Amino acid sequence: MTISIETKELSISYGETLIIKELDLKIPKGEITVFIGANGCGKSTLLRSIARLLKPKSGSVLLDGKAISKLSTKEIAKKMAILPQSPTAPEGLTVLQLVKQGRYPHQTWLRQWSEEDEKKVNDALKATRLEDLKDRPVDSLSGGQRQRAWIAMTLAQDTEIILLDEPTTYLDMTHQIEILDLLFELNEQKKRTVVMVLHDLNLACRYAHNIVAIKNQNVCAQGKPEHVINCSLVKNVFDMDCEVTMDPLFGTPLCIPYGKGRCILDKAAAVNG
Amino acid sequence: MLLKSSSLKLAGLLAAIILMLLLMCASVIFGYTDTNLQMAIDAFTNNNGSNEHIIIQMVRLPRALIASVVGASLAIAGVLMQTLTKNPLASPGILGINAGAGFAVVVAITLFSIDSTQGFNALAFLGAAVAAISVYVIGSVGHGGLTPMKLTLAGAAMAAMFSSFTQGLLVLNDALLDQVLFWLAGSVSGRKLETLVSVLPYIGVGWLGSLMISGKMNILAMGEDVAKGLGLNTGFIKIAIGVLVILLAGGSVAVAGPIGFVGIVVPHITRSIVGIDHRWVIPMAGVLGAILLLAADIAARYLLMPSEVPVGVMTAIIGTPFFIFIARKGFNAR
Repeated sequence: MTISIETKELSISYGETLIIKELDLKIPKGEITVFIGANGCGKSTLLRSIARLLKPKSGSVLLDGKAISKLSTKEIAKKMAILPQSPTAPEGLTVLQLVKQGRYPHQTWLRQWSEEDEKKVNDALKATRLEDLKDRPVDSLSGGQRQRAWIAMTLAQDTEIILLDEPTTYLDMTHQIEILDLLFELNEQKKRTVVMVLHDLNLACRYAHNIVAIKNQNVCAQGKPEHVINCSLVKNVFDMDCEVTMDPLFGTPLCIPYGKGRCILDKAAAVNG
Repeated sequence: MLLKSSSLKLAGLLAAIILMLLLMCASVIFGYTDTNLQMAIDAFTNNNGSNEHIIIQMVRLPRALIASVVGASLAIAGVLMQTLTKNPLASPGILGINAGAGFAVVVAITLFSIDSTQGFNALAFLGAAVAAISVYVIGSVGHGGLTPMKLTLAGAAMAAMFSSFTQGLLVLNDALLDQVLFWLAGSVSGRKLETLVSVLPYIGVGWLGSLMISGKMNILAMGEDVAKGLGLNTGFIKIAIGVLVILLAGGSVAVAGPIGFVGIVVPHITRSIVGIDHRWVIPMAGVLGAILLLAADIAARYLLMPSEVPVGVMTAIIGTPFFIFIARKGFNAR
């Protein structure tokens, strides 16, 4: 396994509260890694810290073996793109203008806009199927289109690693699948390393090669979903009773929570606990 | 009214520059003393020492130049502040920077009897810097860091504080009231060309610097996290914007006193014409700011003829309805 990103004794705190404590984590190259965990467990904080949006309290994040604190922020931006949670574009910014911003790290005072920039922007628009919408203002798009536009910006950045903080939040099921399919294709065809935070455990199992479960300021399990996800892990991480079965379409783990609800089977009593 | 292509935007910018030059000519020609274009040309090529020629050379020309430079600077400072704070209502006036610089200048006149141009300038810049930094620090403390709402409240509070202090000083020194009051209302008349020349280097740096960082401001406008992710050194760029605002607003106040509303009105008009790309917004805002202040200053001569209304009052007459319009349009629109 080739390592893309590594954290060494990484501790992150928000004010006085310690969120992540002395974490050693290796993220494999060319795979899709998904961070899962309960609300407030620090998975987004960890992703933001890896993306240098948040300074760690101590420890370091290594990118291809080099500490990101030693690299210039523009150098990092050529290797790693980050899509933060629910970004907002300035009023009136068009899709094309948004996607063009993705080329910023590749530009210098002397080299402002090149043919390569143009090509990468067109490729990104094509991959996200936004060519017909490129002159529309971002704020006039639907949620799914808007998220695609932001992803197109990170694609134009042309980095080997793409980090995404809850890219499917606020999207309906169709658009969640659309976004995840897009990222999956990107990984399959272009061998991009994708690291993201997802809330939906079942979608995480379906798309991720590598699951990182976070609990108690540290990683409590990491590996292929089919090796890692079972009832006891879900109970431990989410404090929820469930049955883990096999997804009938993909064969990946499928988590079905216990709880109340309208059971129409005979074993109603058993299901409701 | 939005100009879409680059060639249209360039044409728009050139048209605005021509309008600005015409207004500068108008500012030299029109006023209480009856003059015409031929007299204006003679005043510079063949000055015969007549009353009209002296007025054109010593009064009207400095006035036209000061109105242009100050209008351009305040408008650009407004663009910088609105992008920095992500607040459509931000401007040097609203965020207390004008009031801070104004207070420092009044302190200079009343307490230290400073009347040298250099001393005046230094204190105006110092006042602008103190106000800007205080507003920034007060707006940043507490939960959630720097939010547009907290910044605006801090700015309003600082502006009120500095204005009260200024008024307090004037009450204690009513002999100086007349001398300072006209300045405090914001005016481009009765200033010497030397005052403008002495702040021009600072303002020039402010203009050039703003043009140079305009591309980076486009990235900053995408939000802090996205900008950092794209490799923008956001800490550096924010400090640079702060310094540029202090140079532009401090320099303007030193010359013309605190003139409000140019900094808030012009950026909005500019964006409705050239869109949101700062590489166009900054030069266009500069030219439109000059146009607004030149026009307001010419109008100020005729409103209550033969006496003159301070141009700061004119911009307020134009600006207040506009401010209410923006506020009603919604704080959260951006």
